[in-house]
Amino acid sequence: MIELQNVSFAVDSESQEKEILRDVSLTIGDGRLVVITGPNGGGKSTLARLIAGVEQPSSGRILYNGEDITSLSITDRAKKGIGFAFQQPVRFKGIQVLDLLRIAAGKQITAADACNYLVQVGLCARDYIDREVNASLSGGELKRIEIATVLAKAPSLSIFDEPEAGIDLWSFQNLIQVFEGMRQNIRGSSILIISHQERILSIADEIVVLREGRVAAHGPRDEILPGLIGTQSAVPECRKTIVKKDEVAVC
Amino acid sequence: MLKLDEIQMRLLREVADLHKVPEGAYNIRSNSQSAGRQSTANIEITPKTDVSGLDIRIKPGTKNESVHIPVVMTQSGLTELVYNDFYIGEGADVTIVAGCGIDNCGPKDSEHDGIHRFYVGKNARIRYVEKHYGSGSGTGKRILNPGTEVYQEEGSSVEMEMVQIKGVDDTNRTTTAELAKGAKLVVRERLMTHGSQRAISTYVVSLNGEGASADVVSRSVARDDSYQKFDAKLVGNAACSGHTECDSIIMDKGRILAVPGLEANDVDAALVHEAAIGKIAGDQIIKLMTLGLTEQEAEEQIINGFLK
Repeated sequence: MIELQNVSFAVDSESQEKEILRDVSLTIGDGRLVVITGPNGGGKSTLARLIAGVEQPSSGRILYNGEDITSLSITDRAKKGIGFAFQQPVRFKGIQVLDLLRIAAGKQITAADACNYLVQVGLCARDYIDREVNASLSGGELKRIEIATVLAKAPSLSIFDEPEAGIDLWSFQNLIQVFEGMRQNIRGSSILIISHQERILSIADEIVVLREGRVAAHGPRDEILPGLIGTQSAVPECRKTIVKKDEVAVC
Repeated sequence: MLKLDEIQMRLLREVADLHKVPEGAYNIRSNSQSAGRQSTANIEITPKTDVSGLDIRIKPGTKNESVHIPVVMTQSGLTELVYNDFYIGEGADVTIVAGCGIDNCGPKDSEHDGIHRFYVGKNARIRYVEKHYGSGSGTGKRILNPGTEVYQEEGSSVEMEMVQIKGVDDTNRTTTAELAKGAKLVVRERLMTHGSQRAISTYVVSLNGEGASADVVSRSVARDDSYQKFDAKLVGNAACSGHTECDSIIMDKGRILAVPGLEANDVDAALVHEAAIGKIAGDQIIKLMTLGLTEQEAEEQIINGFLK
């Protein structure tokens, strides 16, 4: 269980303090799939980075399974079972896909095991296992490998920051199967996804709407989703790139 | 023959991946003496008479054979200058493994200066691997100054892998190549310096014949207070193509100077140079930390991958 208590986060912008998150309190229980949505600039990615330890809150506390992890490093949080798939995956010259999956798994998994993770994200494993995680991979390939690293890590809390971005050629259905598979395979696994996509919102147990750094709404999917349909916070996949802030999407 | 101690065997493993006497032709040089030598029907190794070194003659058409000529030095204070000349016959296709390991436990500098000249015949192909390695706790420096000259005839192909990852205090590497029509040169250099090491690598590649091509790529890491200079010059004297690249990571107080040099003397010479120097990207470290590595472990993984 992850619990944010009165978390705020501010940055210095042109010598003025700008608050990205304001007094956010949020609890995500074990085994839950929670999707965070809301307008761009609402603080969603920041929230994910705070949980993973990439950023430190200006104030407030973060508890993981009852333990205060606010001051723990990224590494310590990862070791406690928090996984994080970046919105913009990182490239590494020379590091092969197999190397990265082994680092993620924390042990010398076999090539066959590694292939299994790649297959789950829709990559033909044989073609990728020896590839370098460098600029020769497309954005979509990289994104899937990023998701595969989280699968290999098998965290008890997985955070996905816009997992669907850039994977146009891979059907949404497969992505949804990945999340469902994680729920089945990792006992008590909680999944936190940042997404505007209606199809991803529609598999959530709970939806959180972040707007201007605050929790504007949080509740079961059936309560929250109907109010979001047609806004920027729940766009059909074909319209995502052209919908502007708070504009009604017509697909 | 081949009486080598533990340290010498360890150096051989590091520089030539040798765990026992190699197959095919070889010469193992240990503390300025030949510790073993073997020629084959197609590859003849003979010692030079005027200076220290070897003549290695590979018969035309020799295929799938290899030559190992590693050098190990364990005696502190030894300085040597060695000339090895390779004559590679027309149409041959061979692998040459060189390399030098110095273990210096004493107070005096140990230095091996190896001059390798390659005369590569028409349509011949060689793959050349050269690893440098230093170890030992002595205050004496481990110094390696390799000079490589490559003369490629028409249609020949040379692939060179030069690796220096650890322990060499001072190195000044000079590589020159002259390529005739349709000849191809590929160089992959990997270098890591640490402590107060200094490494200078200079290339002058002349593309003299139509269709000649060269691709010289250096990947390096400079840590601690070390210094590197990568000076790669391509000279296009015909309708040719050439590419050089210096891709480097700096850490701590490391310093790197990359000197691009392109000289086109023919309107159809297509030459490209790329150079990038920078510290490890913060995002790379963060990503590996989210997978459970510490910051230091993440750096090591990134560097090991980069130099792999």
